Amino acid sequence: MQRRHAEDEYAHELAALAAGDDRIRPPGWKLSPAAVVTYLLGGQAADGTPVTPKYIGSRRLIEVAVATLATDRALLLLGVPGTAKTWVSEHLSAAISGDSTLLVQGTAGTPEEAIRYGWNYARLLADGPSAAALVESPVLRAMSEGRIARVEELTRLPSDVQDSLITMLSERTLPIPELAGEVQARKGFNLIATANDRDRGVNELSSALRRRFNTVVLPVPAGMDEEVDIVARRVAELGRALELPEVPPAVDEIRRVVTIFRELRNGLTEDGRTKLKSPSGTLSTAEAISVVTNGLALATHFGDGKLRAVDVAAGIVGSVVRDPVSDQVVWREYLETVVRERDGWRDFYRAAREA
Amino acid sequence: MNPVLLGVRHHGPGSARAVRRALSAYQPEVVLVEGPPEADPLVPLAGDEDMRAPVALLAYPAAGDPRRQAAFWPFAEFSPEWQALRWAAAHAVPVRFVDLPAAVQLAAEDAPRQESGVRSDPVGALATAAGYDDPERWWEDVVEHRFEGSGDDLAAALGPFAAIGEAMAEVRAHTPAPSGAEAVEEQRREAAMRVGLRAALREFDRVAVVCGAWHVPALTAPLPTAAADAATLRGLPKVKVATTWVPWTHARLAAGQGYGAGVRSPGWYHHLFVTPRDAVARWLVRAAAVLRRDGVPVSSAHVIEATRLADALATMRGRPVPGLVEVTDAALAVLCEGDPLRLELIERRLVVGERLGRVPQRTPGVPIARDVAAAQRRLRLPPQPLPRELDLDLRREIDLERSRLLHRLGVLGVNWGVALAHRRGRGTFWESWRLAWQPEFAVDLVAASAYGTTVRDAATARVGEQAATAASLAEVTALVERCLLAELPESLPTVLRALDERMALDHDVAHLMDALPALARTLRYGDVRRTDLPALRHVTDGLITRIWAGLPAAVGGLDDAAAAGMRDRIDAVHAAVALLDQPDLTARWHDTLAGLSTRDDVHGLLAGRLNRLMLDVGLLDVDRARDRMSLILTTGVPVARAAAWIEGFLTGDGLLLVHDERLLRLVDGWLTGIPPDAFVEALPLLRRTFSEYPAPQRRQIGERAVRLGGRDDGGAVAAPPDIDEERADLVQPTVRALLGRRA
Repeated sequence: MQRRHAEDEYAHELAALAAGDDRIRPPGWKLSPAAVVTYLLGGQAADGTPVTPKYIGSRRLIEVAVATLATDRALLLLGVPGTAKTWVSEHLSAAISGDSTLLVQGTAGTPEEAIRYGWNYARLLADGPSAAALVESPVLRAMSEGRIARVEELTRLPSDVQDSLITMLSERTLPIPELAGEVQARKGFNLIATANDRDRGVNELSSALRRRFNTVVLPVPAGMDEEVDIVARRVAELGRALELPEVPPAVDEIRRVVTIFRELRNGLTEDGRTKLKSPSGTLSTAEAISVVTNGLALATHFGDGKLRAVDVAAGIVGSVVRDPVSDQVVWREYLETVVRERDGWRDFYRAAREA
Repeated sequence: MNPVLLGVRHHGPGSARAVRRALSAYQPEVVLVEGPPEADPLVPLAGDEDMRAPVALLAYPAAGDPRRQAAFWPFAEFSPEWQALRWAAAHAVPVRFVDLPAAVQLAAEDAPRQESGVRSDPVGALATAAGYDDPERWWEDVVEHRFEGSGDDLAAALGPFAAIGEAMAEVRAHTPAPSGAEAVEEQRREAAMRVGLRAALREFDRVAVVCGAWHVPALTAPLPTAAADAATLRGLPKVKVATTWVPWTHARLAAGQGYGAGVRSPGWYHHLFVTPRDAVARWLVRAAAVLRRDGVPVSSAHVIEATRLADALATMRGRPVPGLVEVTDAALAVLCEGDPLRLELIERRLVVGERLGRVPQRTPGVPIARDVAAAQRRLRLPPQPLPRELDLDLRREIDLERSRLLHRLGVLGVNWGVALAHRRGRGTFWESWRLAWQPEFAVDLVAASAYGTTVRDAATARVGEQAATAASLAEVTALVERCLLAELPESLPTVLRALDERMALDHDVAHLMDALPALARTLRYGDVRRTDLPALRHVTDGLITRIWAGLPAAVGGLDDAAAAGMRDRIDAVHAAVALLDQPDLTARWHDTLAGLSTRDDVHGLLAGRLNRLMLDVGLLDVDRARDRMSLILTTGVPVARAAAWIEGFLTGDGLLLVHDERLLRLVDGWLTGIPPDAFVEALPLLRRTFSEYPAPQRRQIGERAVRLGGRDDGGAVAAPPDIDEERADLVQPTVRALLGRRA
């Protein structure tokens, strides 16, 4: 398997948390809200099992998100791409229902069947409408089993498809007129949707749907150290998953990648002295992670096994220069005015010029 | 149990409620409150039904410049000290303030010292140490809930304070001693408190003291000897002070001015204090109302969900009731849909709040403040903190008086009204103001009372003083204008004399030119304001005469920057002369213009500008203007000068070029004839000139220039030698398309 589900990957943590969890659990929840927060932000289970942080950032945000789900309100995670919206939603549903697989990916072509239900046409033709001919959508399954359903990129869905969620969220039921029946949500059912700030207005949510959601905006990491921490952790996890040989931790190189990403994203050098142009891409933390992972792979397979400037340079240029004309100017300017002057960045400067 | 020490958190609603309960249970014969003893006579006013918190005690020296040294003791509705005052007033119990007298505090060299860190909010420090981010919630959870239902009312009411006193003894024992000056200040203050306490104990059997929790251990028996305290306080310098109540605002409480701890969320505290039940739901209802008022649709369903979320958050965080953090999180996630801008609205309107206090009319105000209050009533201009706009029609008596009042207050530095300039165009008899009364104006008025007892007298005296000390001619002219707008005829002679003197002594014609526009405006306004202005007219005539005399010498040999400044001044004087609209003045000004416009030693920019002004007023006809322009735009004139001339001539309005094709042709011909290196030099000037035109004009000029070119086929550009015709043919269609010419 290339990638394991969150509930499998961290099964031991979830089990330890559940074992020592003596707080009240909302009906249908596998953990109490406080334990869910611990699972996401890291800490220790009652028996001393360490719990790794899944999300590094504001505790208040995660608390609001969990409390939202505990009050039977749907949760809308907003943020620019790469701010761990999907990541958070996956871990939330893994911790709450022990199942993060009830997923609908929102695209412009997602049909209503993906949200409600479809039919197995062979059976439909053979037997007529029956429960056996019904093909449940992930959301419908979540309702009938009392779990968390996830909708990715909610604003990419066509408006009419979005609105089919309204009944499910407000009435907590889905009528199936063909069977003269309905599916009622069991306790524990809820919905986590993610949407992209930058795509706002693609298919703006109708206000009827919007008011079924509580909104949590996930920000880009606030500080340098926080972001380095995020990148370092994720790179290590991904490295394990990809079975790359153990590489000595290259915090300096990671710090450099994060510095470049932050400076270009904020349009300001970290010392606050020089204004910079920002490129067209988002330069999210997720991209920084992939640059470093990519660099590690390069270093392992083609280099001397140590992450060096030359391994990350090409990745960085690829992330920054999205528009070949305008971003190229931004990058060259940054390279010549900031990177070149900086102490100890000579190697990176040379590598970036060659890339 | 005598005395009872009620150690409070300044501006803590929990403390305030506890103080009320303690006072009701204990029924003291006298209440001592931390504050300046000079304010004792003001205590009865606190019980007045017209009194509305937030208010502040103001102490200011009765003589000398008070602004520097005034001191405030602000009280909000939820301040424990205020509740003590109100309780005492309602129960006819005497109140005495105990602290170092304001007379001593104000006599100190520096501004009244503020307590810092743990000293200013020891309760908050304890709460932080206990892991609470809101001291009020800590007070409620830890201090109050522990003593609830302990049967005996008195014990239940006083229990929290005994606990606080013990805790403070510990805190004080473990807090490092403050530095020199701060330590002395603290010793003196606590000695003064003890002196007051001893005096009260001699007279009464049941004494209650309401003071900052920090001071409780210092007032706890055994007290040091009275002689020691007397020695501490002996021989301190004093000034004579007066005290009064002044209105205050929540915003100023939040800004942390005055004594005590700055309160970050006075609106929230006030809400907690006045709302006995359902504080969270009511708060969110109010938040929804704030959002609705700004056009954000928020339904009752939103409020319900937000309340549930706040409750769930509190449960999850292990807190008995939601606090400000929880309701803010809930408001952001539900009511504001994650939008931080909307949350800011709630923060400003609700968490801080816009509450303004009020003091009864019989409060001893400074005389000038009473004068202002009387004028505000007479002119129906109530002081309101929220900005609003006011249009005045100066032909109406009441509006004229309002305008005068606002101008006079402006002279005194009380900027209640800000004149809005952009509406002047509607006619000289209109004035627009934006009014916003801030409670600190009470202080500014105190400062102004040094100049006189009425607004008019004070403003007159102040203008006189400013005229005498004004450094430059421009300052004096500004004063003249203010003087007339504020209608201060007594000070006008002084100011005009000052103006005349400065004018005669000032050799720089530029200063004279700077002074003229304000005077011209004043003369024009004077007619509306029914002021007779012969003296001013005389001075203005003198000024213009001096400008004529000085200008020819002043325009020669200027560099680029100086020329630009002079160009603006000439424009301003030109406008002022037009404004004055007197034939003889206008004629003489035109003569001056004409005389200067042909001089060769005048900077190109000025020469161009002068010619343009003459063209605009009809001194120059278009033909002559064209002649002059063609003269400048010949090869004999350096390109830089010609470009400057063009800039001066064409700046401002491009219509001239749109309508006069021959002018355009001249410019076009000159432009295309400039050799390449000189073109680079002239380009910035040209760009500056043309970029100021509005886009449609630029387009029209461009279109016309294209048509010009079509007729004489761009002959001005000489073809460079050795062109490979074949290769050139390849790019020609594209170039033509770019230039807008048909292939």
